[in-house]
Amino acid sequence: MKPPPFAYHAPTTLDEALQLMAEHGYGAKVLAGGQSLIATMNFRLAAPAVLIDLNKIPELSIIQPTAEGGALVGAMTRHVQVEQSELIARTAPLLHATMPHIAHPQIRNRGTFGGSIAHADPAAELPAFLRAVRGQVLAQSRRGQRWIDADDFFIGLFSTALEPDEIVTAVRLPAMPARSGWSMQELSRRHGDFALVAVEALLTLDADGACDDVRLAFCGVGEGPVLATAAAAVLQGQRPTAEVIEAAAAIAASDDVDPHSDVHATSAYRRHLVDVLAKRALTAACARAAGEEV
Amino acid sequence: MNQIMKISVTVNGVLYERSVEPRLLLSDFIRHELGLTGTHVGCEHGVCGACTILFDGAAVRSCLMFAVQADAHEIVTVEGLSPDPQHLDALQEAFWEAHGLQCGFCTPGFLMTLKPFLAQNPDPSDEEIREAISGNLCRCTGYEHIVDAVKLAAAKMKESSS
Ligand SMILES: Cc1cc2nc3c(=O)[nH]c(=O)nc-3n(C[C@H](O)[C@H](O)[C@H](O)COP(=O)(O)OP(=O)(O)OC[C@H]3O[C@@H](n4cnc5c(N)ncnc54)[C@H](O)[C@@H]3O)c2cc1C
Ligand code: FES
Ligand code: FES
Repeated sequence: MKPPPFAYHAPTTLDEALQLMAEHGYGAKVLAGGQSLIATMNFRLAAPAVLIDLNKIPELSIIQPTAEGGALVGAMTRHVQVEQSELIARTAPLLHATMPHIAHPQIRNRGTFGGSIAHADPAAELPAFLRAVRGQVLAQSRRGQRWIDADDFFIGLFSTALEPDEIVTAVRLPAMPARSGWSMQELSRRHGDFALVAVEALLTLDADGACDDVRLAFCGVGEGPVLATAAAAVLQGQRPTAEVIEAAAAIAASDDVDPHSDVHATSAYRRHLVDVLAKRALTAACARAAGEEV
Repeated sequence: MNQIMKISVTVNGVLYERSVEPRLLLSDFIRHELGLTGTHVGCEHGVCGACTILFDGAAVRSCLMFAVQADAHEIVTVEGLSPDPQHLDALQEAFWEAHGLQCGFCTPGFLMTLKPFLAQNPDPSDEEIREAISGNLCRCTGYEHIVDAVKLAAAKMKESSS
């Protein structure tokens, strides 16, 4: 298994990288952590004519607080940096809880936040996380820049709203809303493997303790990160009793997802996991939102 | 014509200058260009961990990097662990004494994964050890003796530092 030949560029500024993207467009691919791309090139499943390596552009490797109380994560920030960031632990506890589930320590030393988002692997945790928290992706090209809502960014299997000349340069995470609670639940065969199913939950309780704005996003059950809108509708305006949570989880499994069968798990098993993990996630998130220790 | 690039890489304290094609994997550079065959290659897609090396001090897969990306960086391979040819590193000694290997194919990857892990976490729990080696596959040992070896190494390192 050896990668096919390609022309290699390692720009040292973002401007230079955007210029190269404008020149090479469709034939070019960005090389971030390489933890997905080089594996697929080794298999010759991918054969880009041009690789534009972003590893020498320090301005893409940042974690900063935003004025709104959230965080801005640069595309080339490594998984390990996000995992160990105090700012992330404080402002984005759901992300902090998610990071250890992504691959193994050696992969996290190299893989990047932006790479995982741009790659849009349907089994990856970060796209589901980004939908749950309503994150935004900053796409830049020589033509300009635009912020894309997570709900509009992921459009299918390994597919995103990015144009061929665009690079993801940063991701914006909103502040945690008041009276909100979160939870992340995952089942994988071995620690560090891709999830069979994982769920990212963020919800808010109103002053009366009823659910408001429930965001439940799954990975491993569709062509991309799946937002459970039917389950959210069951919870909306309701006090989150055990019965209501059970009903919402059941609807998530029956209506919101349509998982494939593959060598790792059958569709029916994945549906079952959606039910079980949704219940756990909603219970924990509601408890956190009510100020309880979980 | 294929692009050829000149790179200088420090491996185990020695500076090497070579001309390589950009598509040359770092694992193949280490094995074929430098002749350092202690770094093993099992799967070439990031799953087995046999090719793990230290890249600027951090454990990474050498099969998921290109050699050109190592230009001006520092690498340590399993050959760089021991202080001199007569002695083994404490971690290597512990693997030997606790039967942390059978065929040994996976061992360089385990050692290079565990070296920075023990430096950061000198007194790990069993659970932390198992998580640390979750990205390394071993077909022989069943992992029990590897976990024992890591605990023995931690004890040896504590002894020598006190
Ligand atoms: C053994 C193993 C286990 C893994 N387990 C998990 C897991 O459990 N969960 C998980 O989420 N991931 C897992 N991964 C994948 C890992 O998290 C990757 O790091 C990640 O998916 C891709 O990030 P990268 O930086 O390595 O991107 P690369 O591999 O460099 O790139 C991936 C793709 O995204 C494009 N791209 C990258 N960055 C940008 C950008 N800034 N702008 C535009 N396009 C870009 C590239 O052109 C390429 O097409 C695993 C990987 C391995 C090898
Ligand atoms: S050869 Fe690199 S991880 Fe298997
Ligand atoms: S000792 Fe044989 S694979 Fe680990």
